[in-house]
Amino acid sequence: MSETTTLEAFRAEVRTWLEANCPPEMRRPVASEDDICWGGRNAQLSEPQRVWLQRMGERGWTVPTWPREYGGGGLSADEARVLAREMRRANCRSPLASFGIWMLGPALLKFGSEAQKREHLPKIARGEIRWCQGYSEPNAGSDLAALATRAEDRGDHYLVNGQKIWTSYADKADWIFCLVRTDSAAKKHTGISFVLFDMATPGVSTRPIALISGKSPFCETFFDNVRVDKRNLVGHAGGGWDVAKYLLTHEREMIGAIGERSAAKPLGQQAAELVGRDANGRLDDPMLRARIAEFEVDESAFRLLMERFGDLAKAKQAHPAFSSALKYYGAELNKRRHELLMSAGGSNALEWEGAAARDWLRSKANSIEGGTSEVQLNVISKRILELPGA
Amino acid sequence: MPLLLNEEQEMLRDSARDFLRENAPVAQLRQLRDSHDPAGFSGPLWSRFADMGYTGLLVPEALGGAGLGMVEAGVLMEQIGRHLSATPFLASGVLAVSALRQAGSPAQQQHWLPRLARGEAIATLAVDEQAKHRPEQIALQATRQGEGWCLNGAKCFVLDGHMASLLIVVARSGGAAGDQQGLSLFALPRDSAGVTVTRTVMVDAHNAARVTLSEVRLPADALLGAADAAWPVLQAVLDAGRAAAAAELLGIAEEVFERTLGYLKERKQFGRAIGEFQGLQHRAAMLYVDIELARAALMNALQTLDVERERAVEAVAIAKAKCGSAATLAVQEGVQMHGGMGMTDQFEIGFFMKRARVLQELFGDSAFQQERLSRLRGY
Repeated sequence: MSETTTLEAFRAEVRTWLEANCPPEMRRPVASEDDICWGGRNAQLSEPQRVWLQRMGERGWTVPTWPREYGGGGLSADEARVLAREMRRANCRSPLASFGIWMLGPALLKFGSEAQKREHLPKIARGEIRWCQGYSEPNAGSDLAALATRAEDRGDHYLVNGQKIWTSYADKADWIFCLVRTDSAAKKHTGISFVLFDMATPGVSTRPIALISGKSPFCETFFDNVRVDKRNLVGHAGGGWDVAKYLLTHEREMIGAIGERSAAKPLGQQAAELVGRDANGRLDDPMLRARIAEFEVDESAFRLLMERFGDLAKAKQAHPAFSSALKYYGAELNKRRHELLMSAGGSNALEWEGAAARDWLRSKANSIEGGTSEVQLNVISKRILELPGA
Repeated sequence: MPLLLNEEQEMLRDSARDFLRENAPVAQLRQLRDSHDPAGFSGPLWSRFADMGYTGLLVPEALGGAGLGMVEAGVLMEQIGRHLSATPFLASGVLAVSALRQAGSPAQQQHWLPRLARGEAIATLAVDEQAKHRPEQIALQATRQGEGWCLNGAKCFVLDGHMASLLIVVARSGGAAGDQQGLSLFALPRDSAGVTVTRTVMVDAHNAARVTLSEVRLPADALLGAADAAWPVLQAVLDAGRAAAAAELLGIAEEVFERTLGYLKERKQFGRAIGEFQGLQHRAAMLYVDIELARAALMNALQTLDVERERAVEAVAIAKAKCGSAATLAVQEGVQMHGGMGMTDQFEIGFFMKRARVLQELFGDSAFQQERLSRLRGY
């Protein structure tokens, strides 16, 4: 069979399976943040969420391209794209939102030992363990490599002391992947190690941070003499920065993806419903209409650029730093989207209990989290454009 | 289909790049401008275009062409943009060939397409009548006269009109200005009685013409396609032209960006390369992203034109809008970052700025395309 007919057969199989296995409740749009399934030891799942996660997990389709031996679906990039398209087509929700899938998994696949892969990846795939990311610190934001959380070598284990900040969902996570300084004498990039530990370990505590958008997933996380077994060191001691950077490229692609249109309706149609239409059926605010049309051109071009990046990656022609371009633009695009939605909503959008205002405020973090827009522009200047001394 | 060029398309790009670098660089455009060349493009170059198979790139093989599609035409246009090569390829090889292919009868195609493919004849499309591109406002009158037609009115911004032996004229045979219904296409030989063509040298040293038609008599077989129903064909022809112009804009953006980046690395002030300054680095990085967005949008538009014409309308509007705004940003940043040198006529960056301005306006600028997109998407 040719490649195309094999893919078409796969598409038909996926379509039938989704039709039979995706519960109707999981084919409605997510209503709020609380409606997203993150998995984990303490997850409180609705019955349809549980069923959907279990069925997709059994097939490895929560992580379609991961190898089967680690709980993945073993699909090719083309097959995974077919699966994603068919899920979109049938309005299926993602069965599992997970930093384990988006960030840690790819890093473990590349840098983890066989034992680490076998221990952690299947639990990520099935949504059993929920992970959080211990990167930023109060004095290490854009300058992440300035981090100061210490891990003292105690023979078979490390003793970790310090503080992290902006740890998303630290209060709900089961385990953390964390950057620590194992060698304070070494140069700042080479004294860093990448470790994993259970958030239930004695000495770990968290405190939520209230943001301008009200409720927020962010926490401060404190480590007070936390014991971390050395088998949980990923890569070698002092080699954490390479793992961290690799993981960041995945995080940046993930955040960049928010620039893609998620709602079924173009922004202009959503706005027309909010503002109203004139006698010709046009959005009854010509200036807003023009701004939205300009936005939609950029949004469409961005979706195509994401697609092209996937094609380039498949052909092994993608620049490794291109995720910074996607992160930068996707974040800025999402901020523009929410500014336009606020304009369209007028005073109705200003009510504190409505979602619009909080989503608008939340979007402002897009160009800060995962590396600020300015840091991404630095990366593009230095690594892609090869400008001097950047 | 992946949003990448395939191997043959990459080969075409490389050979077009080498050919144009050798035979039609910016220096040639400068020479044509300074010598007030009566044609505005090099005759020998156009002959070599025919030898290379470029003139008939979109003409079917059976009629003497290469039988290729819009992706290939876009690849060539992008290289034309990088070198600012002055040729009638857009007017003749894209617009006129598309119109004849879409609307021409077999007899009309057999008469014109082989000659256009060989580069013996040059044809162009006469659509605009006012300063801004408003195709539904066309008012040039076509009235039936016996078996034939009589045309009266004026056109402007007719690309390479002074060198074309065939004008494809969009005229109003029914309805009123503003209606999409009632438009017809005519194949009008330039030397017909009552046709006046005035060359207008544009800011970019390329040519457009003003065309006046006064009691121009045409036989019935001059009509291309069905009377009063040219709108869909016109849209398809204009979309091919818009996509081709977008490709040239992308080529301009790329070339200017590459030159500017080189300058940032080499120009020293305050004892260091100016490319070390973050104020310039970030602007260069933003421009880089904008050009990559434009490239993805263009590739999608060209591919869609070749496989799914109905869906291409939206894709072309997005591509023309994005390539236009990316090129506009590129030439502005290009001149600014080159400082005083960027403003000199001796330096080539200014040529790119002028050409980009003309291409922005051609067949609807970014604002026109955005307006089109908002209508297509129902708001």
